[in-house]
Amino acid sequence: MRRVVRGVLFYAMLAAIILITIMPFLWMISSSFKGEEAIRTIPIRWIPERPTLEGYRRVFDMQGFSFTRASLNSLILAVACTLVEVGSATMAAFVFAKLPFRGSGKLFGLYLATMMIPGTVTMVPNYIILRVLKLLDTYTGLVLPKLAYAFGVFLMRQSMLAVNDAYMESAFLDGATLRRIFVSIMLPMVAPTLATMSLLSFMGSWNSYLWPLIVLTSTDKQTLQVVLGNMNGMYKNNEHVLMAGAVLTILPILVVYLISQRYVDQGISLGGLK
Amino acid sequence: MYIPKNAGRRRTTVLFLLPSLIGVVVFCLLPIGASILFSVMDYDLLRPMSSMEFVGLRNFTRILTGREFPKVLAHTFGYLGMYLPLILLTSVAQALILNKTFRGHGLFRTVCYTPVITSWVAAAVVWTWVLSGKYGLLNQLLAYVGITGPAWLSSTKWAMPGIVIAAVWKDAGYYALMVLAALKSIDPTYYEAAAMDGASGWKKLTSITLPLISPTLFLLIVINIIYGLQVFDSVLIMTDGGPGGATTVFLERIYKYAFVQYKMGLASAYSCILFVLILVFTAIQFWLQKKWVNYDA
Repeated sequence: MRRVVRGVLFYAMLAAIILITIMPFLWMISSSFKGEEAIRTIPIRWIPERPTLEGYRRVFDMQGFSFTRASLNSLILAVACTLVEVGSATMAAFVFAKLPFRGSGKLFGLYLATMMIPGTVTMVPNYIILRVLKLLDTYTGLVLPKLAYAFGVFLMRQSMLAVNDAYMESAFLDGATLRRIFVSIMLPMVAPTLATMSLLSFMGSWNSYLWPLIVLTSTDKQTLQVVLGNMNGMYKNNEHVLMAGAVLTILPILVVYLISQRYVDQGISLGGLK
Repeated sequence: MYIPKNAGRRRTTVLFLLPSLIGVVVFCLLPIGASILFSVMDYDLLRPMSSMEFVGLRNFTRILTGREFPKVLAHTFGYLGMYLPLILLTSVAQALILNKTFRGHGLFRTVCYTPVITSWVAAAVVWTWVLSGKYGLLNQLLAYVGITGPAWLSSTKWAMPGIVIAAVWKDAGYYALMVLAALKSIDPTYYEAAAMDGASGWKKLTSITLPLISPTLFLLIVINIIYGLQVFDSVLIMTDGGPGGATTVFLERIYKYAFVQYKMGLASAYSCILFVLILVFTAIQFWLQKKWVNYDA
């Protein structure tokens, strides 16, 4: 009897959590297919009476800025940020892991210390630095600060330390240079970490809001998140348009996540996605 | 490891380290110095940088003695006061479920994780609609059980709880995976011994599971206080600090001072205060951990 009660309790909790988690998503999807009058109904109608694509049509037909353009901007920037973040971190990690020099331990300690500096605290001075460098409202300016990715250096160094020196030593015997070894031996050996880091970096860039919001001011350069944020103020009484925009913003990253779940989950357990 | 002379060690070291080092120096260390420098300046973004004026600690006294600061603190800790217990409860509940084997385990995990990978902007847009006064999903559901829900985000009293609900929904899956890792590391012999003594499920949870995962719960609290001090996306989109300034928080203030009013000095001083607070809370928590956290596991 006790077992049955516990079983019921377990599945009740399971169902409650699933329901609470997916209801806002279902509500979003349902609203996105409703017409302007149909969104405000009592009681709740989960299946729209007359499903329509009006919300989606209006998302792609906005005055002043283009949703398609913003999606493309987001994609380009997310790829660029990922390349810069992962590239710079991987290269630095190789030095810290395999090419120690005098003071490299201390320098690595400094890197770890910078992980405690929240990006939000350096946001204002970084903005002024970009202004001095005349890089405001440019993609270069948005991407450049990503060169500093201490967490990535830390993660990648751990991975590279685990690679046996014998691989490198035998490559040296064959006359390989360090750069050749980095590309042909080290990178393939740390491929799983590379994949995890790239995904975390890509998802982080795709979803980021505050930094693109302050750096990019021209409407044709803005990212999807910034545009969706702006829409929130403009379509206060047209929730079907907003929900269509939200669906289109979430969908790409959801697909990326579902395809690469294994690597992403790994990254989360390392504390990477925040 | 032996590295031959002609392998290009020096050049590789310099070349490989440089991009990252430039990044850390220019966009991490320099800004800390710049932050302190600007915080004692009167710097209006609309005027040329040369017109910047040294004002000593005036920015700090203006913030700390102003009427706004105690409110920002109250809102931030009000947020944390609601968020922390709820996030602990929900993430532990999710983790306890994830720690069992059942059909659809993988699907459950994916469902729990979907809010986490959703951007805060999209989540905030959706939750603004869910929390909408009359036609919003939450109030309609509450109406089924006879509760008349408040006009969440346009009520000074309920706006912050509304933001908290959205935040717990969004973050629970993330912290559940952290708690899950801790659950998996518990030695099963503890439970076997407890079962031998006839302990109930509840007893096992409170006497074995929770004490043994307390280091992780502690870490979770530390991380969340630090993130909680930096709440921004949700607030900016859901309430923009309103209604009537009822949800002003640190980053929202910094953003408004810097990029709406262009008072960079004031914004920098605010950033410095935020940074000190973050460091203080980290220190307090590290001190507390010695007292109640069980590290024997």
